Amino acid sequence: MKPSGWQELLLAALFAMLAAFVPLVANGYWLSIAVTAMMYLALATSWALFSGPTHYISLATGAFFGIGGYLVGSMMSDYQLAFWVPLVVAPVVAALLAMLIGLATLRLSGVYFVIFTLGLAEMIRNLISWIQNNFLGSRGLYVLTDLRDQHIYWMLLAVAAVVYLLGWLINRSRLGFALRIIGNDETVARHVGINTATAKVILFTTTGFFAALVGAIIAPRWSYIEPNQVFSPQLSFLVVIMALLGGAGRLWGPLVGVIPFTIIWEWVGVQFPNQSFLFMGLAFLLIVYVLPNGVVGRIEQLRARLREREA
Amino acid sequence: MRYSGAVLSVSGVTKRFGGLVAVSSMSFDVAEHEMVGVIGPNGSGKTTMMNMISGAFKPTAGRISMKGRRISDMPAQTIAREGVGRTFQLVRLLPGLNVIENVLSGAVFGHRRRWGRDAEDFAHAMLERVGLEAMSYAPVAQLTYIDQKRVELARVLAGEPEVLLLDEWLAGLNPTELETGIELIHNLRDEGRTVVLVEHVMDAIRALCDRCVVMSAGKKIAEGTPDEVLNDAEVIRAYLGDDDA
Ligand SMILES: Nc1ncnc2c1ncn2[C@@H]1O[C@H](COP(=O)(O)OP(=O)(O)O)[C@@H](O)[C@H]1O
Ligand SMILES: [Mg+2]
Repeated sequence: MKPSGWQELLLAALFAMLAAFVPLVANGYWLSIAVTAMMYLALATSWALFSGPTHYISLATGAFFGIGGYLVGSMMSDYQLAFWVPLVVAPVVAALLAMLIGLATLRLSGVYFVIFTLGLAEMIRNLISWIQNNFLGSRGLYVLTDLRDQHIYWMLLAVAAVVYLLGWLINRSRLGFALRIIGNDETVARHVGINTATAKVILFTTTGFFAALVGAIIAPRWSYIEPNQVFSPQLSFLVVIMALLGGAGRLWGPLVGVIPFTIIWEWVGVQFPNQSFLFMGLAFLLIVYVLPNGVVGRIEQLRARLREREA
Repeated sequence: MRYSGAVLSVSGVTKRFGGLVAVSSMSFDVAEHEMVGVIGPNGSGKTTMMNMISGAFKPTAGRISMKGRRISDMPAQTIAREGVGRTFQLVRLLPGLNVIENVLSGAVFGHRRRWGRDAEDFAHAMLERVGLEAMSYAPVAQLTYIDQKRVELARVLAGEPEVLLLDEWLAGLNPTELETGIELIHNLRDEGRTVVLVEHVMDAIRALCDRCVVMSAGKKIAEGTPDEVLNDAEVIRAYLGDDDA
């Protein structure tokens, strides 16, 4: 990821301020789409903090997100705790889990990492469903709060803004530079003196933390948590698609992918409710063949070509 | 372990890959400001030896130490920070970074960890040293082979290593480039750097090395000044029948 300057940070702040007004002008259907988009924006931006520079494609987002949702359901429903308790606990639990996964996958490269994260996420989903159904009773996990769509939206916006700011700071730091080098050649990275393990684990832990936070924040929207649904592999795929569609090479890349894709995805869900996986496959193909570096990468490529022509 | 003035000390080092013994009980020392050549036919274990010094591989047995401190059980990044810098037999640049960023990577994470303006200035100075300052902002894909090698050398120098490992840095250069290359390495020698270089080019070995270690089939078969080893009967035998001789 290229370091971004003050200008980009200012634009992002301006965008965040404008975005804060959305619930005042939109309601019902459009507000609900805005909540979904904000959720994916926070998830995809945080996913890209790790996967953008390192090119390690993680499909574990759903597992961390699920921990957020599940802990909110379980703690509020089974233990009568206040909403803020799981809101604090879930990200920490997910961060610890992410750290363990990070340490376990250090030696895996490329496709093995992808498969491991997907397999592990599925395993966690099945394990928790099994525990919930067999040991914790099936009374159901209800999440009853006074939070409305606009409150959820604002919280998600705050998370997205924090993630963006964090990414901006990382990009300008030694750690950010280390991640870019790791993404280019891990052997060289080690030989110039980078502790690749630490850098990767720090970033992976961070994405786990934020995915769980988002999962916890959005839980009140559903009122009822079904472990099998909240640990969603589909969500993991969608986050990857949106981030790559926009371009994971830039901090604001995911933003470019999330907004149009959320709208199209809603439309597909209504028009072809049974073909969503087919559509997801098509989106993957489109990215791989047409936009390998996302929309942002394509724009930068065109700009570079224009500059060359002028020169 | 004694610290006998040797900056780098390799003793009894062996590396096995499954059944293959790539390096077998190698021992040699490198003194400060010394330029030591590691020579030998293809496949004799020279690169494997370099890989063990830089930490890319762990030795199966034996010990490598720097100024008396054992480095052979450290990971590569720690060895780099301890002050060992290396180039790769097949140049390895960071393709997504431009020339100056490639060099910066050495300055930022190397032996002395510079940052900000200081790191940039230092990286530019290193590029100038290898004669590539004009290409600072070019993408590395645009560079010729020798220029890529220059960038790699600048990256290593930017880390301010105490020991420099050059693995066939002169290989693949045409005659004019070779002259420039030898001159560049000669400058390193004049600066009093401690260097281990793997080399095939005999003229370069004669011009550059204080001492040579000759390897054949993973073993050290001779050690001495370039003239001594190149006239050694066993060395000649090892090279005869080999294509590079
Ligand atoms: N990573 C590896 N795995 C297995 N065998 C290797 C590996 N690296 C080198 N070798 C083997 O070790 C021997 C020495 O190779 P190398 O050190 O590259 O020789 P040189 O640099 O002297 O040409 C060769 O037989 C080579 O095939
Ligand atoms: Mg070799």
